Amino acid sequence: MSKPTLEERIGQWRDYLQKRPAVRTADIDELEDHLRSQIEALRQAGLDEDEAFLVAVKRLGDLDAISREFAIEYSERLWKQLVVISGSPTSPLSSQRDTTLAVGLAIASAVAIKIPSLFGYHLSGPASDLAFYLPNLSLFVLPFLAIFFGLKRGLRQLDRWFWLAIPFIAAGLLVNLMPFKAGGQTQVLTAIHLPIALWLMLCYAYAGGQWRSHEQRMNYVRFSGEWFIYYTLIALGGAVLMGLTLFIFQAIGLNVEQAIIEWVLPCGAMGAVIIAAWLVEYKQSVIENIAPVLTWIFTPLFTALLLIFVVVMILTGNAIQIEREVLIGFDLLLVLVLGLLLYSISARDPQQPPGRFDWVQLLLVVSALLVDVLALWAMAARISEFGFSPNKTAALGLNLLLLVNLAWSALLYGRFLAGRIPFRRLERWQTAYLPVFAAWAWLMVAILPVIFNYR
Amino acid sequence: MDIDKDLVAASATPLVLAILNEGENYGYAIIKRVSELSGGELQWTDGMLYPLLHRLERHGYVESFWGKSETGRQRKYYRLTRTGAEQLDRQRRQWQVVDKTMKGILSLAVDPVGEPI
Repeated sequence: MSKPTLEERIGQWRDYLQKRPAVRTADIDELEDHLRSQIEALRQAGLDEDEAFLVAVKRLGDLDAISREFAIEYSERLWKQLVVISGSPTSPLSSQRDTTLAVGLAIASAVAIKIPSLFGYHLSGPASDLAFYLPNLSLFVLPFLAIFFGLKRGLRQLDRWFWLAIPFIAAGLLVNLMPFKAGGQTQVLTAIHLPIALWLMLCYAYAGGQWRSHEQRMNYVRFSGEWFIYYTLIALGGAVLMGLTLFIFQAIGLNVEQAIIEWVLPCGAMGAVIIAAWLVEYKQSVIENIAPVLTWIFTPLFTALLLIFVVVMILTGNAIQIEREVLIGFDLLLVLVLGLLLYSISARDPQQPPGRFDWVQLLLVVSALLVDVLALWAMAARISEFGFSPNKTAALGLNLLLLVNLAWSALLYGRFLAGRIPFRRLERWQTAYLPVFAAWAWLMVAILPVIFNYR
Repeated sequence: MDIDKDLVAASATPLVLAILNEGENYGYAIIKRVSELSGGELQWTDGMLYPLLHRLERHGYVESFWGKSETGRQRKYYRLTRTGAEQLDRQRRQWQVVDKTMKGILSLAVDPVGEPI
């Protein structure tokens, strides 16, 4: 192997500095000028290229210490990277293009939600067409998100765009052609499950067609968690904005409530879906993910809650009261536990040996399973007594789905903690299970209404 | 002679401002000038000059602009601003007080061998 040339060495030196978020390219240029001046002076003093480079680098000092100094001087750089669009860590041109694309698509979805009102579908008021808007809601925005991912991932082949479009077309036909009883159980269930079904289909676009890859699926899970957090934050900000708008216009005697409900709220809610997705994509490499941090905080708290609940139930001898909402409540509990599990898995270094947090995690899953089995036990009698309704079927089905996932997860976790299997297996199980959720959501959208005769 | 790190850090700002008071300059030449002025006794870690220059720029004491070196390379130059000149003046007076005080007390100090320093 030949020795690296001076230019190559300087290139490597630059690369090394480039990795520091607090050191900008311009700063590196400045330091490079210094390095080269020093090398030239040393060469004139009679050193050869190698020696001159080594001495010059040594005189410049420890690069870690220098970038630390830069970080103290420019602490805002470590935080601001998200906002400062120019001079981003990646190429500024592509991020500029992404920004334009995201804003364009956000506007497009904001326009899309208003188009039906041209044809007499009212969003609000006494004659509002919520029976039209609610099931169709996701169709106003998710196709634009699909386009965003498709273009960003450079989907070139036409057939891939075709595969991407199919679920949206199918969904559009299904929810609008099926003869639902307006406001009936099956229509509400379809409206709830369609966004989930389509969101899981978006994984195809997100992964650039590589939806079979477990890594890509895990990335999509990570993306979804971060997206949810960003969307919630934007929604909070939006609520403050709308509240203030109402207030200041009231001060001059104008009531803008109608304008907000008809325009700001729906357009904002749609556009924010795209903007949140763009933000997550943009900051991906810059900031630590938030979802795992929340997981880390809440896993022990929820574990404690569930354990206390079980103990109290045993001590008081109170059985779980079977009310209408109870099953849905327990579904939500399992979804939450699954979420906590999923996001701690997504952030865990698979190479790491089992730690204390893993035990807490296992305890959480086991205690949730225990509570859920108790609830199901109490429920079984009731269902056999009164038969199935669409709501009960959906709630029970989801519960069983989650139960299977969590029970197997607990088993795998236990084997991992016993040192029998690598952590990857647990990750694989979760990513392999995602299509089951997708299939279930589509079942709820397309088959359940037929079985129950659209009631 | 090894000069205490804190002392080097404390003297860095007035030194850089004073050198820039002689005319606009760039990093490498500033380092060379420091070494020249101190007869090679005052050694800086070269890289540390740059965060310092950027800090001075943020405070508005110096301003920077990109120019070309003799060989046509991109080079960042710094020049003293009016605020910087005022700051230099303030620092000069502070150092004169410190210098006078030190001279006064250190001339009375005696090294272990018994000879006046």
